[in-house]
Amino acid sequence: MTQEATEGKVYDVAGQDWDKLTEAVAESSEERLVINMGPQHPSTHGVLRLVLTLDGETVTEARTVIGYLHTGIEKNLEYRTWTQGVTFVTRMDYLSPIFNETTYCLGVERLLGIEDRIPDRAQAIRVLTMELTRISSHLMAICTYGMELGATTPFLYGLREREMVLDIMEYITGLRMNMAYIRPGGVSVDLPAGAVDKIGELLKVMPERIKDMRKILDANPVYTRRTKDIAYLDLTGCMALGITGPVLKAAGLPWDLRKSQPYCGYETYDFEIATQQTCDVYGRYQVRVSEMEESLKLIEQALDRLTGPLKNQPVMIEDKKIGWPAQLALGPDGLGNSPAHIAHIMSSSMEALIHHFKLVTEGFRVPAGQAYVPVESPRGELGAHVVSDGGTRPFRVHFRDPSFTNLQAVPAMCEGGYIADVISAVASLDPVMGGVDR
Amino acid sequence: MSDNLPEVPEQPIARTGMFGASGTGDTSGYGGLVVRRPVPVSSPRPYGSYFDEIVDGLDHEGVERVVVDRGELTLHVAREHLVEIMKKLRDDPALRFELSLGVSGVHYPHETGSELRAVYHLCSITHNRRVRVECATPDTDRHIPSTVSVYPTHNWHERETYDFFGIIFDGHPALTRIEMPDDWEGHPQRKDYPLGGIPVEYRGAEIPAPDQRRSYA
Repeated sequence: MTQEATEGKVYDVAGQDWDKLTEAVAESSEERLVINMGPQHPSTHGVLRLVLTLDGETVTEARTVIGYLHTGIEKNLEYRTWTQGVTFVTRMDYLSPIFNETTYCLGVERLLGIEDRIPDRAQAIRVLTMELTRISSHLMAICTYGMELGATTPFLYGLREREMVLDIMEYITGLRMNMAYIRPGGVSVDLPAGAVDKIGELLKVMPERIKDMRKILDANPVYTRRTKDIAYLDLTGCMALGITGPVLKAAGLPWDLRKSQPYCGYETYDFEIATQQTCDVYGRYQVRVSEMEESLKLIEQALDRLTGPLKNQPVMIEDKKIGWPAQLALGPDGLGNSPAHIAHIMSSSMEALIHHFKLVTEGFRVPAGQAYVPVESPRGELGAHVVSDGGTRPFRVHFRDPSFTNLQAVPAMCEGGYIADVISAVASLDPVMGGVDR
Repeated sequence: MSDNLPEVPEQPIARTGMFGASGTGDTSGYGGLVVRRPVPVSSPRPYGSYFDEIVDGLDHEGVERVVVDRGELTLHVAREHLVEIMKKLRDDPALRFELSLGVSGVHYPHETGSELRAVYHLCSITHNRRVRVECATPDTDRHIPSTVSVYPTHNWHERETYDFFGIIFDGHPALTRIEMPDDWEGHPQRKDYPLGGIPVEYRGAEIPAPDQRRSYA
């Protein structure tokens, strides 16, 4: 269907009529074409909308439109307790939920002034789950890269490997995604029996699988021609646009908060920061694969600590005014419960019962002030600006999500290039719209 | 709504228990015993750590007060000097905050004359330091100069803060809504904007909407 408007000729497509469209466009002498990509385009990673102005096949102007997945999580947080907040923030960037939880909890812990009192075992479990999540997130990024450039094998491989990680997360936390596992003061429950063996299996299989992924993609002529020297963004561009994460590392700067401003005890682990000098899509792919290999090292070290010196240590702060019971056992109803705690509050101490009731319904109070403790998420610097007025609910929580900031680089990466490379550029940013729109 | 708002920070506030009990009426230790620690209005020198170097290096009349709280440095900046200060923070070799992590808004409805705040988190990769810059504006005149010219990354962040709080960033290249639809009325993250929601029925009992539930704070 074609109609004349003040801006020029408007073509509508309803599906099944692409041939008519190409014919109609071919008849027109107009070279400049404005096309709308998304928000339901499969290769725009969720509901991202791009408005592209084309001159032939060259993109002359790229505009990004977001907001289609705005769910008001930050507003909702102001009406729940600090502990309930974890359940909300985990749903922001849904491919790396543990990172959202960790940065939020680190902020709350700084406000509470309990940063030094978090048990080492809880910190090691946080590192373990974060690095597992980093692998699953990067696998998703790389396999969708492949698929969007036309290669379905990496996609199937990547999802198969990601499933292994998600199975482990389900075994530990009870949920594959959106786990609400990291809590202010520690983690919600200790590793269940058998989790260490499962992670050990992953450590045995995963290096081989990552190698396979490298074999498919590293020197694949189709893949390299679609990724090398595509979507160039150098260090100056990254700094101006606030870009962090693999995009910045592919521009040659080894900036990683795990090294430069460590949290959760990362300074005691041995690992390298992966960098590349190419500033292009291929470099970002290489950084992600290398980061997965480094994550495996970190998981191994964390596991050694959890089974060695940190065995049988607590996983929740020993402060009854903040910590919920964390030594849970699977009950007959399929839910985690602490039989010892239930026996204590139900039959021996009235005060403990009141205490528990108030801690769970009312929550703890957090001294007034503000804090910002960022973490290195798979996509870059993720931070929660947490403001308290001294009450039992957050006064304001703002998430500095790397996907939101990184998407601003789309015009810089795409303008002047071919339209086919837009897909490549967006995929290399790896935006997650849940995190962008929150 | 109003009891969820912060009060004047100078006075430590003793809270009462969940059922309105005061003194010894609350046995759990959660209500009456908790005294809020007030937020420091400004911190005395020395600030400790690298904070003195930043404040001395900046040495600008636009810095109204300096707060060091929980190991984080906050500079409260007058809005007419904001762009100048940001530029100095970015360009001065001794400061060199080359990376900005964006803008976050906060609405303090009780603080008359400085209700709306734009909060900037800056990071120096050269010196491995962080600083928070806070700029206040009265609700009656919601204008803050745009800092997109200094940190281009603020483009979307300022749009977001405008969208959610109604702060107008003067000089922004295209200050439009970013998360909410273009024709949306109101600015949702402000404290006078209701959360909304409907009561939910569960097994015969009605659970009120989240903003209608009992608040313990």
